[in-house]
Amino acid sequence: MTRHVVARAADLPPGTRKKVSVENRDIVVLNIKGELFALSDKCPHKGASLCGGLLTGLVRSDGPGDYQYERKGEILRCPWHQWEFDVRTGRSYCDPRRMRLMQFPVAVEAGASVVEGPYKAETFNVSVEDDYIVLDVP
Amino acid sequence: MPLDDPMGPAITTANGKGSAAPNRLAVIDGDIHPAVRSMADFKPYLSKRWWDHYETYGMRRKHGSSNGEPYPKSAPLACRRDAWPEEGGRPGSSLRLMQEQHLDAYGVEHGILGPLGNTGQGEMNLELSAAMCSATNDWQRDTFTRPEKRLKGGLVVPYEDGVASAKEIERCGADTDFGQVFLLTRSSEPLGSRRYWPIYEAAERYNLPIGFHVFGTSGHPVSGAGWPSYYIEEGAGHSTSCQTVVTSLVIEGVFERFPKLKVVMIEGGFAWAPALAFRLDKVFERLRSEVPHLKRRPSEYIRDHVYFTTQPMEEPDDRRHVLDIMDWIGWDKLLFASDYPHWDFDDPFRAFPAGVTTEQHRRIVAENGKSVFRLN
Amino acid sequence: MSADWKGAIDCDVHPHVPNIDALKKHMNEYWRETVEVRGITAFESVAYPPNAPITLRPDWRADKAKGRARADTDAGRTAAALMDRHGFAHSILNCLYAVQLIRDEHMAAAFCSAVNDWMRAEWLDRDPRYRASIVLPLQNPELAVEEIERCAADKRFVQVLALAMGEQPLGKSHFWPVWKAAEKHGLAIGIHAGSSYHHATTGSGWPSYYLEDYAAQSLAFHTQLGSFIAEGVFVKFPKLKLVLIESGVTWIGPYLWRLSKFWRGVRLEVPWIDRSPIEFVRDHVRLTIQPFDAPASGETVGRLMDQLQSDEMLLFASDFPHWQFDNDDMMPVGIDATLRKKILIDNPLATYARLV
Ligand code: FES
Repeated sequence: MTRHVVARAADLPPGTRKKVSVENRDIVVLNIKGELFALSDKCPHKGASLCGGLLTGLVRSDGPGDYQYERKGEILRCPWHQWEFDVRTGRSYCDPRRMRLMQFPVAVEAGASVVEGPYKAETFNVSVEDDYIVLDVP
Repeated sequence: MPLDDPMGPAITTANGKGSAAPNRLAVIDGDIHPAVRSMADFKPYLSKRWWDHYETYGMRRKHGSSNGEPYPKSAPLACRRDAWPEEGGRPGSSLRLMQEQHLDAYGVEHGILGPLGNTGQGEMNLELSAAMCSATNDWQRDTFTRPEKRLKGGLVVPYEDGVASAKEIERCGADTDFGQVFLLTRSSEPLGSRRYWPIYEAAERYNLPIGFHVFGTSGHPVSGAGWPSYYIEEGAGHSTSCQTVVTSLVIEGVFERFPKLKVVMIEGGFAWAPALAFRLDKVFERLRSEVPHLKRRPSEYIRDHVYFTTQPMEEPDDRRHVLDIMDWIGWDKLLFASDYPHWDFDDPFRAFPAGVTTEQHRRIVAENGKSVFRLN
Repeated sequence: MSADWKGAIDCDVHPHVPNIDALKKHMNEYWRETVEVRGITAFESVAYPPNAPITLRPDWRADKAKGRARADTDAGRTAAALMDRHGFAHSILNCLYAVQLIRDEHMAAAFCSAVNDWMRAEWLDRDPRYRASIVLPLQNPELAVEEIERCAADKRFVQVLALAMGEQPLGKSHFWPVWKAAEKHGLAIGIHAGSSYHHATTGSGWPSYYLEDYAAQSLAFHTQLGSFIAEGVFVKFPKLKLVLIESGVTWIGPYLWRLSKFWRGVRLEVPWIDRSPIEFVRDHVRLTIQPFDAPASGETVGRLMDQLQSDEMLLFASDFPHWQFDNDDMMPVGIDATLRKKILIDNPLATYARLV
């Protein structure tokens, strides 16, 4: 497991997302109402980049004509064929057993600790004053 | 490329680098949708009379809607979320983005256009229909096929008026910028009816295939069962409108009359075709005395004249089932199509199931289309 | 070769109303007189032109020289042709008298009652092996419910009958009171090929030839199946069984792949569909095997059967007197003995709750 610094925390405010490439893997990092999620960016269906997808809620129903709208903003819909993925579990709604996005631990770390390592941050300089988003990638 | 891994090697679509890879197949894409930025794009191609008419009365098709869809789609304009141009306008209206995100990214050598929307097709005022279709063809040429040689136009015709349609084919048919005559599956009468024969006669003369793309506003529900409620039913039902077209062309004798005609069924999938051919053969066996103009079994006409684009790819749980279907249809009759920029897009390298051999894949993606779309 | 048909349940047999007088006997005075006064001669549909080859097998046709009526007008001769000959346990009667053509819902209801009572008197009472479907005036769901309530006490009715092409798709909530009544009484819903001709028979209008009309029936079944699933009929009425009769068979696998693929993308439109459409079909939908749209190749049939991914979906049917097969070739080639038994006996028993 290597820890990677992928962004300045200030660059990923709530309601934004970012696609990063780490260890040859495309990962989408989402900030949903201050909570961070990191998931494989490649749709397990036909490989679209999920970063371009829409965040919606989960729609459930007790029967015809009943629409229950829950967990607004926690379902990532693929920009192509619109499969829904739960950002908390990575699982697809329609085929939760077989179609699942890999999840990666993600956290905000203070610049001071990041500078000490052992972190990888190839793409930009880390400064002690800022906070950073750090991904664990196997 | 190895197809044993259904996901295939990743293609870098974001920046178009994929096109640089050597030994990539020269993809022939049978269904790309160009769009206008707004209706004003058509203005230079319409006479004042028709532009004023359009501005005053709008378009009138047999679904009663002047703005909006009776079956709202699953995404805005039924498009991929990642296909909206940064510079504004609708997906499909930016040649730059189409080149970058699609033609370059996938190594598309030829893309066949299929203009949808307010192109004049299905418009009830037949003169407006004809004027709009001509405008669409001229716009298509100036905006897409002249600046980008990889693209071939879909020659739209005011198909409810067979004679006017033939005239439009006369006007544009010799121009090799056009790869097909473009019709919609849901017409006012079944497409084998005689009123449409002038279209087939002209297309055959110019060696142009007829592409029958799903959609259209026939004024009739998708089948005799009536109007369904939901988009999922309407969408899944497109395969039935394709079956209506094939049945009608075969049984009404279009292929007897126009033996060199080739037709392409677009965006209705293809898995329905063998069952339809089985059914028609079976019914024909009993009822052939009703249709003495048919000299062969329906499946033979289908085998000789009908091509199928593969999108949206059929995805049964067991991939052997779709391989059987492809086998029955014939590997020479299947043509890759992406449907770019629409939401049910297929990627030429990831759409096909494991078990399709490299050679079969090459034929579908890069070979079969050449002779069909007048690309040789 | 004498295949073993013993105990089979024939799920599609068509009794033919010989003439309007046969029905008049089962009408009240008002309707009897209406038939006279208004000169109503028949309600027969172009779906089966009497002389078209597919409508009647040659040996079941009328023979004027021998003074013989068509076999399907007589309970005894129909029984002799199939049940007696092969030892079937039951034949389920689906009467196609074209009550669906009638625009006046009250007249439709009167004719439905007459047809149902005629079947009872002339068929069910004459041979205990017959079972029947209740013909419904779906022109008005309330009247259809009334007809179900009127007939349901008679356990020989095992199904209610609708045609593939009506006013609107049958899954719509408009029809739910009817399906509710059917579920309550343990009646299956049978949808048979045919049309009210209130819409054109194709999505692009009226075709020129009868052949196209017949072929188009299977397209209406696509719509009906999609409607039952998308509208959530099986969610609402979980005990319902839907039988698609004379729809062909081989269209269904490919249509379900397509419907299921769409569902993955657009299920938020119909969130009550909480599992793949294919699963609903396995649990609720059955198809009769005649006609079986496939070439006579065991290998091809085997591969087509595999598409169904279930050995419970097919029900045996002769489609008597329609000319779907010659001799006794009622079963498609390439079906093994185990599956054959399921199709002949087990699956019909599991479908029709009132058969046991
Ligand atoms: S690629 Fe994501 S749903 Fe198809």
